[in-house]
Amino acid sequence: MDAKRYELNVQLAQMLKGGVIMDVTNVEQAKIAEDAGAVAVMALERVPADIRKDGGVARMSDPAMIAAIKKAVSIPVMAKARIGHFVEAQVLEALKIDYIDESEVLTPADEECHIDKTKFSIPFVCGARNLGEALRRIAEGAAMIRTKGEAGTGNVVEAVRHMRTMNREIRQLINMPLEEVTGFTKVNGMPYEIALQVRKLERLPVVNFAAGGIATPADAALMMQLGCDGIFVGSGVFKSSDPALRAKAIVKATAYFNDPAKILEASVGLGDAMAGLEISSIPEGQLLAGRGW
Amino acid sequence: MMMMNSESPELNGAITSAIGVLDLQGGVSEHIDHLERLGIRGIRVKKADDFQNLAGLILPGGESTCMSRLLSIFNLDEMIERHFRRGMKIWGTCAGAILLASSVVGESPCLRLIDIEIERNSFGSQMDSFTRKAHIPGMMSEAASLTFIRAPKIKKVGPDVSILLQIDDYIAAAESPEILVTIFHPELTGCLDFHRYFTRKCHLKPRNELKTTIDPSWNNTSWTRLARIGRG
Repeated sequence: MDAKRYELNVQLAQMLKGGVIMDVTNVEQAKIAEDAGAVAVMALERVPADIRKDGGVARMSDPAMIAAIKKAVSIPVMAKARIGHFVEAQVLEALKIDYIDESEVLTPADEECHIDKTKFSIPFVCGARNLGEALRRIAEGAAMIRTKGEAGTGNVVEAVRHMRTMNREIRQLINMPLEEVTGFTKVNGMPYEIALQVRKLERLPVVNFAAGGIATPADAALMMQLGCDGIFVGSGVFKSSDPALRAKAIVKATAYFNDPAKILEASVGLGDAMAGLEISSIPEGQLLAGRGW
Repeated sequence: MMMMNSESPELNGAITSAIGVLDLQGGVSEHIDHLERLGIRGIRVKKADDFQNLAGLILPGGESTCMSRLLSIFNLDEMIERHFRRGMKIWGTCAGAILLASSVVGESPCLRLIDIEIERNSFGSQMDSFTRKAHIPGMMSEAASLTFIRAPKIKKVGPDVSILLQIDDYIAAAESPEILVTIFHPELTGCLDFHRYFTRKCHLKPRNELKTTIDPSWNNTSWTRLARIGRG
């Protein structure tokens, strides 16, 4: 993509700031999400909680399903491609959706390379656990970043860890003398030029959303107060007892993340949140956040 | 109950001096950045109290469904109408224009404050987003590149609304005496002319030193100045 196209793609993400992007698996859920005030939907066959439960290889969703969702809503539609699977990305680009998530939630197709996103016109969002990972993805052409969190757990602890790590590393980068930046970026696997830009801007040069384990309005507001620009909710909405109500509540709490009275209002009477998973109870080989290089 | 005065931009004797940006979702920091470049105080508006002393209000780009839901849940639609009647001017960019329209193709309208018919997401997907050079005499001092992101199209305007920019089969900018609508995003470019124009429409004085259409100190990361790292 040329520089102008990349700028437009970063700018679409800017227009999503302060909003909630929701995982949906069919037209009915997409309409519930849109009606609740989602700023975009992520179309996929199984939410992460089910991918985790079912096991096996998780791939790009059926394009027919994605197309049906695209037809049903007027908000942007995103879909996931496997890490490194540039042909799945080509298919999603041909489908003319609005954003591709190169996602660790699906089974990686390449254990060395991510997709060269500069070859595409369509924008990409990628997950990151730390600043180095975020900057490597930006170097590859990602127009938007999100925390990885630990998808499908309903447990926000990993998303918090990833956001705090990014913030800490940005603070370190800002405060160190320039001569230390070379070594710091080397040790942390950060592309040097983009690290210099982060040092100047005091944040990522692109929009950074929270994702992975967000299940309640308070979880969403927590991530926003930690400095995220917006929220992805995966299993958290449609694995809860009242998805429409919870979706609206998370939208409210995200918009009013700095207003405890409004977060309280949004948190009342939502029914059961999705059942959560303790991270330590997950066998190491089944952790999703470690996927990506 | 406060006394409303529809004749002057004053409220209870307090001089209105700032322009608000509706801060529910979307391109908020981008607009505030532009206002500050003109020496105008930009205020984030998300509660009833925030409307005090506003000479104007910008409804930013973002997702109109999201913003319209939140407007009605928190009764901010009533606040906007009340202050509009008091004399507050309003400018909607992209999604903001949809919120202001009297008619939205296939959907029920939200605020109905300007007589236009608009169609959401009328160009296609993100891959159909584009920039295009245009010039509006009297509003812009020179031609500049305008940014359209998943933009709506204004299909037609009522008798009291004037067309500012027509491109191909759609209207890209229009205004009534109280309301300005643009389907593109001047806040995503270095172009200050639209913010300057709206500031004057609000009877405020933009800073004079900058007279060019494009602010040379703007770049596409200028918005990040207002969104530094969080507390974590």
